[in-house]
Amino acid sequence: MLLIPCPWCGPRAQTEFHYGGDASLRRPALSTARTPADPALVDYVYLRDNPKGLHQEHWQHAAGCGQWLVVARDTRSHAILGSAPPGGDPLSPPGTDDPAA
Amino acid sequence: MQLFSALAVLREGLTGQTGWRRHWRKATPKPRYDTVIVGGGGHGLATAYYLAKRHGITDVAVLERGWIGGGNTGRNTTIVRSNYRVGANPPFYEHALKLWEGLSRELNFNVMFSQRGVLNLAHSPGQLDGYAERGNAMRLHGIDAELLDRDGVAERAPMLDFGRDARFPIEGGLLQPRAGTARHDAVAWGYARAADALGVDIVEDCAVTGLSIDRGRIRGVDTTRGLIAADKVGVAVAGHSSQVMTMAGIRLPIESHVLQAFVTEGLKPMLDTVVTFGAGHFYISQSDKGGLVFGGDLDGYNSYASRGNLPLASDVAGNAMAMMPCVGRLKVLRSWGGVMDMTMDGSPIIAKTPVTGLYLNGGWCYGGFKATPGSGWTFAHTIAQDAPHSLNAAFNLERFATGHLIDERGAGPVPGHQ
Amino acid sequence: MTDTPLRLPTGGLIDRSAPVRMTVDGLPVEGFAGDTLASALLAAGIKLTGRSFKYHRPRGTLSAGPEEPNSLFTIGTGDRATPNVRATLVEAADGLVAESQNAWPSLALDVQGLLTAPAGRFLSAGFYYKTFMGGPGWRVWEPLIRRAAGLGPPPQAPDPDAYDHRYDHCDLLVVGGGAAGLAAALSAAETGARVILCDERAQLGGRLLAEGDLAIDGRPAHRWTAEAAALLDRADTVTVLPRTTAFGFYDDRLVGLLERVADHDPAPPPHRPRLRLRLVRTGALVLATGAIEQPVVFPGNDRPGVMLAGAVRTYLHQYAVLGGRRAVIVAGCDDAYRTAVSLADAGAAVAAVVDPRGRPNPAVAGPLADRDIPLFAGWQVRRTIGGQAVRAVEIGRGDAAEAVDDGPGRRRIACDLVALSAGWAPAIHLTSHLGVKPRWDAGLGTFVAGDQPPWLQLAGTAAGRCRLADALAGGREAARLALEGAGRDMAIGWLPPRTAGPAVDPRQPLVSPLPVPLRGKAFVDFQNDVTVGDIGQAAREGYESVEHLKRYTTLGMGTDQGKTANPIGLTLLGAQLGKDPAATGITTFRPPYTPVEVGALAGRTAGAHFRPERWSPIHPWHAAAGAVMTDAGLWKRPWYYPHDGDDLAAASHREVRAVRTGVGLCDVTTLGKIDIQGPDAAELLNRLYINGWSALPVGRARYGVMLREDGLVWDDGTTTRLGDQHYLMTTTTAHAVPVMSWLDYACQVLWPELQVHVTSVTESWAAIAVAGPKSRRLLARVVDGLDLSTRAFPFMAAGVCRVAGVPARLFRISFSGELAYEVAVPSTEGLRVWEALMAAGAADGAVAYGLEALAIMRIEKGHVAGPELNGRTTADDLGLGRLMSGKKDFVGRWLAGRAAFTDPGRPKLVGLTPVDGRTPIPAGAHLVDDPRAPPPIPSLGPVTSVCTSPTLGHPIALGFLERGRDRMGHRLHAHDPLRGRTVAVEIVSPHFYDPAGERMRV
Repeated sequence: MLLIPCPWCGPRAQTEFHYGGDASLRRPALSTARTPADPALVDYVYLRDNPKGLHQEHWQHAAGCGQWLVVARDTRSHAILGSAPPGGDPLSPPGTDDPAA
Repeated sequence: MQLFSALAVLREGLTGQTGWRRHWRKATPKPRYDTVIVGGGGHGLATAYYLAKRHGITDVAVLERGWIGGGNTGRNTTIVRSNYRVGANPPFYEHALKLWEGLSRELNFNVMFSQRGVLNLAHSPGQLDGYAERGNAMRLHGIDAELLDRDGVAERAPMLDFGRDARFPIEGGLLQPRAGTARHDAVAWGYARAADALGVDIVEDCAVTGLSIDRGRIRGVDTTRGLIAADKVGVAVAGHSSQVMTMAGIRLPIESHVLQAFVTEGLKPMLDTVVTFGAGHFYISQSDKGGLVFGGDLDGYNSYASRGNLPLASDVAGNAMAMMPCVGRLKVLRSWGGVMDMTMDGSPIIAKTPVTGLYLNGGWCYGGFKATPGSGWTFAHTIAQDAPHSLNAAFNLERFATGHLIDERGAGPVPGHQ
Repeated sequence: MTDTPLRLPTGGLIDRSAPVRMTVDGLPVEGFAGDTLASALLAAGIKLTGRSFKYHRPRGTLSAGPEEPNSLFTIGTGDRATPNVRATLVEAADGLVAESQNAWPSLALDVQGLLTAPAGRFLSAGFYYKTFMGGPGWRVWEPLIRRAAGLGPPPQAPDPDAYDHRYDHCDLLVVGGGAAGLAAALSAAETGARVILCDERAQLGGRLLAEGDLAIDGRPAHRWTAEAAALLDRADTVTVLPRTTAFGFYDDRLVGLLERVADHDPAPPPHRPRLRLRLVRTGALVLATGAIEQPVVFPGNDRPGVMLAGAVRTYLHQYAVLGGRRAVIVAGCDDAYRTAVSLADAGAAVAAVVDPRGRPNPAVAGPLADRDIPLFAGWQVRRTIGGQAVRAVEIGRGDAAEAVDDGPGRRRIACDLVALSAGWAPAIHLTSHLGVKPRWDAGLGTFVAGDQPPWLQLAGTAAGRCRLADALAGGREAARLALEGAGRDMAIGWLPPRTAGPAVDPRQPLVSPLPVPLRGKAFVDFQNDVTVGDIGQAAREGYESVEHLKRYTTLGMGTDQGKTANPIGLTLLGAQLGKDPAATGITTFRPPYTPVEVGALAGRTAGAHFRPERWSPIHPWHAAAGAVMTDAGLWKRPWYYPHDGDDLAAASHREVRAVRTGVGLCDVTTLGKIDIQGPDAAELLNRLYINGWSALPVGRARYGVMLREDGLVWDDGTTTRLGDQHYLMTTTTAHAVPVMSWLDYACQVLWPELQVHVTSVTESWAAIAVAGPKSRRLLARVVDGLDLSTRAFPFMAAGVCRVAGVPARLFRISFSGELAYEVAVPSTEGLRVWEALMAAGAADGAVAYGLEALAIMRIEKGHVAGPELNGRTTADDLGLGRLMSGKKDFVGRWLAGRAAFTDPGRPKLVGLTPVDGRTPIPAGAHLVDDPRAPPPIPSLGPVTSVCTSPTLGHPIALGFLERGRDRMGHRLHAHDPLRGRTVAVEIVSPHFYDPAGERMRV
């Protein structure tokens, strides 16, 4: 069972979290100037790199603080390499901006 | 091909089992083939067989990085059914089911297709109405389906929890009598043996490391056993489709997830049909050896690890106890995990790709086993004709852009479910 | 007193002051506390204890541990009967009832065994795949084969026992309480580390209890063991868990333990779980899991009376039972010589030691000469002789392949016990549960653990270290290294005690490459009846991969998971293919190490506790009113309130009529409620809903529709503007949780720049719909602080007031289509306010109405709900396309414009009425042109929601129909072949009742 380091609460069991998938995706900006079936949106909604190895992914600490976070995890070994608040870099070592500090 | 029969078994029994020959040759890859199939699972082997058998294309190699049938073909819960509702699904899976019905004889290899029925439980009148809609869709397609009330369910599976105080009492169910189970490994072996007899080379321990593409056209594959040229390459590596298609620069609407399965110690016969729980995600049957074979949900996060975690095992066992409370004292003997290609609409891809001569068969989610013969049959057609058969035309890559999704569960663009 | 001919008068670690009486196959069997069922049976001279899976061959106990393939019993009676229990692990207890399995009418007279014996030569590996295809086919053969297969009897009744889960945390988990494990635990305990030590047996000690020739600190090893166990018991930071198996190793240092809490207790106290699953998150891990002895393969090596040599010593030293009176030892390794010495010293005759390896080690052979035990070095067993128990062995000189049938190199030796050992395979199963492949160690001749992280260490025989002194020192070192690897670097004060034992390293793991027998069934996998011949045949047929071999022959697929089969089987495969074991490889070890009960995995998540029930705060009233409840997700909601025993239809129609003509109350607490506040609250709503929100005035509610990113409809509900920067969103009951999660995602991940906060308040508020033409009159009696006139508080108005004295929010919204309100009060006040409303409505005949009435009224109104919001419909399909704003972008807008979703041929929401005005339209039917056409009959769309309308007096339905809006007034068939019904229907507007919506605006 995974032990996920919540940047706000510390390490918590996987069962407290809800998985949110690939965190490397960037939603195309809202715009009234797009066309139906805009390829950028199709890519965003459907296509995945699906890497075998390092994967940055979203989890929500649903049964905890409710916050979404980014986790860097190896999809081969399940090893978790770090976590960060959304938009942060889960692979950078925790520093003074560590929200839990 | 050495013919298998009761007589052959008798003869070999009397002569010390010394006359049996290899079921498939241990082929060394040639430098070039008309067609190369990447992936020696049930789907790839079936494709090779039907290429040879139905389309006369015998200059075919099946490349398998490990041992044939070692992927999801050998890691599933062996359920075969065609109880679908949406779009292209019912005719496609029914075609597969009809092939299953003649498969042992066609391959001269007993795949032990056991038509013991698949029963989906409903736990509310609304859910039963939903099953009625599905069952009626099946009947309109000419597929067998029966709607059972509580008594009808109890007759088929008396050990289920019919208590009114059950957390989710059983209201009835949808039965497909012709559905059932098959011996999963035998499907790979049977197709391998039959394809081999038609001249197909089955190459084990041969991993594909690259796709050779020149000006938008496939030229062959790079492998751990050297470059193999081919006019056409069919990829059937579900679980790892993204990995192989990345070699062609193609991103897929697929995430790889782990699905666990479990088997108990052997017991005398107790469950004569396949039952799926309607108030959770759980399905169970009893193998011919006597073990209860069951599974549930995905572990729920991207993984290529071929193994699952304990919370899901616990959840699956909880489903078992809720549906069939007599199983508490039975012991789980083995558990295993398979890596699933989870597509964004829950349906597979059997299609041409943007690269000429490169074809993809994947995205089977957790339902690939049942499709094996139909998958190979239609994929062979697609490769041989360079165009899909009407049965698989809808399972294309373009549907995500056009919206012609085949979303049986209405779950939307997420792998598995929410 | 029953006869216990093989029990020694003295010795052993059993408690002779505590005799126990058990019943096995209806006959009494006596033993002592400290016995196992297997040792008690052996003491009684009962050697036939099981039948094999395939051939139904008679079998006896092979081992003394969890690896036992043969002695499987059904333990207990009635609903507590448990099949497939290994007798070697069953603690003897007074009153224990055991039944043998897989035999009829009895173990000794098994009919199927008689039938299968002559057929055995035909039933070789893979024979099922080659036949049963012709004639009647598999359909006929399969049931017969299934009946013959299987092991124990299946349970029928619900399991009466309870199971539990608990989480544990520690610095060091030590698996295995033998010499190495005890040393590791003692070493770590002294550092103050939190230690858990688990052992699968009732008593700590492992082989220290089983050997007669080991001494620690100058005393028998088992004495030291007892003291060490006592020491650990007293240590504050140490938890000792006997009867606890570490069955699986999972991610992030989680080990699954199965603790057998109550099975050994003949009368467990109530409220104690039978089994407890412990999920241990540990810092460091020491595996002192020992090794598993492997049998020698020769024809007839499965006959009752053939046992593993180490097990014979266990029965002798731990249980004071002689495996037999006259033994032949088949020594494929030096360790087996100890059995000869032990037996001889205990008074048994040792007729021969047969060592197929040829060159005996003088250090271990010496003691044989002292005891006049004949040694046949370079000989091997050619077959065993006997019926259901071994009577003799026939041995031959030299390689079996060369030995001739007759001649001086052949002898028959009478015996009633054959003790065999090919060596010991380290129990490294847990080390590969996370995918680390075992490594072949040519020096040790066995597979050992592959590369492990520094906080995981192996010790003792599990690490290939077999001497007692090495085990103790190794346990200490393993604890130190593992703790260091986990970041706890500390000196260990504990020093291993002095030891004495056999002069030479007695165990040579593993598996000597012994000669392969010439003919006859020589068993590799005892339970599944896989023979040497099967393995050779499979390899010849091309099943050369270890996984193919396993699957084709079923090698290692039994309940013992091949613990005594796989090492030899794979060695034989390698020999056949001319490969060394490193190249042949090994099958993957997967959890569980030994089988784990389904109940234990489930824990408390069973039966009625499968999922929690959610109750609204008004639930007690519903229950008291006799409401029939139904499931809505996890919620229990009133379905209908029967009066005088009326049924669903009668009650729900009565409730509908009451609402349409008077007033009714409905508990709508279950709807999701999300509080949205901040300067960008309206902007967030604009992005999530298809319709616009900026212009909504404070104090007004609006119906909103939400799409998924793919453009299909996901959820709907009313959202109210409570203040300038304050909105309250409601969601469907089904989507309350995922919509909340999605809002969090939108605010935290997609658009963190928005200044807005979202909070789930679903459980903070009780919500009550007050519906019907008399609802205003009712509310006027209890509402303070709001003018309820339509002018002041029109349709879709919202305000704050007091209801029955309780601060409340009031919304004038309607799902029923009547004049209606929704009252929201803090959850704690929900029940009181409901009661006050019912009381206030008594004069107007107010009723409570349930989900069925709610559903009927929404169908009458043509409101979509769950059956229509099926995840495959567009807003336009549902008739909601006009809500889609063209002035803004919102989630799903552009992908909703894809070709498939704008296809005019799509099925659209329609209303349906029966042409004859009275036949109910079946739910789940499909609309077709010609129901009598041969399949495939094109479906034009499904019927999704049906009812008989008490208001209109005839059946109605909602459904989807291709080009439905162009077919108003057309006639089609609602075809329901499943139930053999077809109803002619007319296509009408889905808005059956008050389509202009005048009644809710009055």
